[in-house]
Amino acid sequence: MTTFMLTDTTAGKISAQLMHLRHQMGAPAIGMVLTLVVICDERDQYDSLRAATEAAREHPSRILVVISREADEANRLDAELRIGESTPGEVVVLRLYGELTEHADSVVSPLLLPDTPVVAWWPGAAPQVPAKDPIGALAQRRITDAKAVHDGIKELAILAKGYAPGDTDLSWARLTPWRSLLAAAFDQPVGKLKKGVVEATAGHPSAPLLAAWLTERLGAPVKVADSAGPGLTSVRLSLADGELSVSRSDARLATLSRPGQPDRNVALARRTTAELLAEELRRLDSDEIYEAAVKRLAKSYKG
Amino acid sequence: MTDPAAPAEEAATVAAAVAGTATTIEVAAANPLRDPRDKRLPRVAGPCVMVLFGVTGDLAKRKLLPAIYDLGNRGLLPPGFSLVGFARRDWKDQDFARLTHDAVKANARTPFREEVWKQLAEGIHFVPGEFSDDGAFDALAMALKEIDQTRGTGGNYAFYLSVPPKFFPAVVKQLKRTGLADAPEGSWRRVVIEKPFGHDLKSAHELNEITNEAFPESSIFRIDHYLGKETVQNIMALRFANNLYEPIWNRSYVDHVQITMAEDIGLAGRAGYYDGIGAARDVIQNHLLQLLALVGMEDPTSFEASSLRREKEKVLKAVRLPADLKNNTARGKYAAGWQGGEKVVGYLEEEGIPADSTTETYAAIKLEIANRRWAGVPFYLRTGKRLGRRVTEVAVVFQRAPHLPFSKDDTEILGQNALVIRVQPDEGITVRFGSKVPGTAMEVRDVSMDFAYGESFMESSPEAYERLLLDVMIGDPPLFPHQREVELSWKILDPIEEFWATQGQPEDYPAGSWGPPSADEMMARDGRVWRRL
Repeated sequence: MTTFMLTDTTAGKISAQLMHLRHQMGAPAIGMVLTLVVICDERDQYDSLRAATEAAREHPSRILVVISREADEANRLDAELRIGESTPGEVVVLRLYGELTEHADSVVSPLLLPDTPVVAWWPGAAPQVPAKDPIGALAQRRITDAKAVHDGIKELAILAKGYAPGDTDLSWARLTPWRSLLAAAFDQPVGKLKKGVVEATAGHPSAPLLAAWLTERLGAPVKVADSAGPGLTSVRLSLADGELSVSRSDARLATLSRPGQPDRNVALARRTTAELLAEELRRLDSDEIYEAAVKRLAKSYKG
Repeated sequence: MTDPAAPAEEAATVAAAVAGTATTIEVAAANPLRDPRDKRLPRVAGPCVMVLFGVTGDLAKRKLLPAIYDLGNRGLLPPGFSLVGFARRDWKDQDFARLTHDAVKANARTPFREEVWKQLAEGIHFVPGEFSDDGAFDALAMALKEIDQTRGTGGNYAFYLSVPPKFFPAVVKQLKRTGLADAPEGSWRRVVIEKPFGHDLKSAHELNEITNEAFPESSIFRIDHYLGKETVQNIMALRFANNLYEPIWNRSYVDHVQITMAEDIGLAGRAGYYDGIGAARDVIQNHLLQLLALVGMEDPTSFEASSLRREKEKVLKAVRLPADLKNNTARGKYAAGWQGGEKVVGYLEEEGIPADSTTETYAAIKLEIANRRWAGVPFYLRTGKRLGRRVTEVAVVFQRAPHLPFSKDDTEILGQNALVIRVQPDEGITVRFGSKVPGTAMEVRDVSMDFAYGESFMESSPEAYERLLLDVMIGDPPLFPHQREVELSWKILDPIEEFWATQGQPEDYPAGSWGPPSADEMMARDGRVWRRL
């Protein structure tokens, strides 16, 4: 891996240096499919970049990490360029100082790959209206993570208010295996749903989101209850002829029970951030199902 | 189920009631949790059992069992999915589970995860017996009925015949006798068969009669694993999702098409099967003609099985053989030589091959498609064993520019434009075109523009068998050739085989080379050359 440091630099110099490094390695053109902009704190940088690089193995990308440092220092842009084995694409870690912290978009915009999608990801705190954020406005897809902040459920309610097509949240991606299993269970005719309950550790933002989705789709009230965890532990749906449930206590193997049928075990492991991110990058069109679920969550949210 | 059911139907009704009914497209469409806009949710198969005949075979260990695990790992197997092995071994369930475990560990594409294995292992069963043994099949029927009760699989069974075709009649007869081939209301029974689908038109027809006795055509899934490959499906995306290629995809711009499947290996233990079959029946009849159909067909009205098959059949029907078979086909067999730094024996010295064998290990043929789009554009198909390296590709070679406003010297080394679909390995697409060599002189030379799958998409795209097994369980047939396609392909190949049968020994070519001289001469007569691969 080649790492190259540039201090007190500009976007133009970074571009030129990237091109130069590529030529030096003898691979001037590669098939990067998107630009992923990661907006995070210095302390989240390592983990986020790791997840992003792993996801980039599935979706070769130029990864731009934007870190805002001390705003009261003199204006300065430092960059760290990485090209090589760890990723099929390129990584640029940008550190912004002084007034420049308010104008990150001026650095990011010239570094975006031409004519390919831009994805913005906030691994920690996110703006209230991601689409109105200067960097968010450059992106077609804006990924937040409600679970990373203190009150994740409130965060989702706020994000729902500022929703724009292209927004998604990793707490929604965490639900895909659950939703997939439930949808598969409903592929066989089941009776009308009377009521249901989703159980998870207290404050887990995915739980009310799953409940909101089920309510939205099945037209019956689905509540959220606390459990010992870890994460989501069960979904119980009361049907006309009994209870359909998926329960998981060890974060790996779940049991599916339905009326009149034997219980069956299904692998349902929690996924890493890299896997969640890779799923997000697979579809870059707006997720209307998420929109409906998160807006329903916000409607019933009493903060 | 309040109506009293007749005793004969009772068992079936019980099974169906246990699992509800089978997943059908209609039920899935009515599922309130599914929405076409919800693209995160994958297609998951409904509850079912896969019964595998020939579990100890190479294909099962290398491809099928790992593919089943990979499907589970991607969350695509239904809860309760069960796998039943049937073979002539004195085994218990756990012996088959161990075989599966080892095969998965050795050959699965996705990482091994304990919880996925646990889910799969719970559903693994084994039934010992011979194909001629009525008792063994009665035991199989009993076992399946029990699995329906304990695992809720609802009487949905897929029978995978991973056995040589000579055993098909016995297995199919047994499935019919035990009633396993007949699906009770609300469930399904499917049979999966592998190539070879016969060795000529007549035998293909007979084989089909046998299978048809027990299973209707709509329940027969013929696996041509090439059609499960991403690159092959991408031929349709390339042609029909883009506006860039279709306008030039015809006789006005295309000079000729070369379809190649080259292998670097020799017989690899398949001597018993291969001798008497040869390269053309083994590869051209199925894989290469399917590729030809996909490259040559008109756009289907949709990607439903019936529309897609109709277009493929139309183009196969339009295929014409050259009048002079001697000068427009070539066949060879590899002689001893050096292949990739290894000394290898010739075909006739391979173990199990008679010294007077006339089987070819290399075949090249020239075909034309008699329709408005392709009239006069030759399609050259070639395949061989012990060639320079392993590569499968489709190359569409375009005509030269009608006029070159350069001096003759400037374009001396300029070739023809080409679009190459690299099927395997290094899946991708290459476009070759002329470009100015940097410098003060105007010199034009060929350059390539490359698109590699591994570069732009998933590192581990699903294996062909994963996709095909999932399609069998879901009941989605577009990627499986219809019997009519199989028969049309034999109609193309049979006259060539008959002609070759009168020609004695095939020509020798040294192992590690690119085929016999007659193949190059055949191209030279048309003023063309094979692409150097």
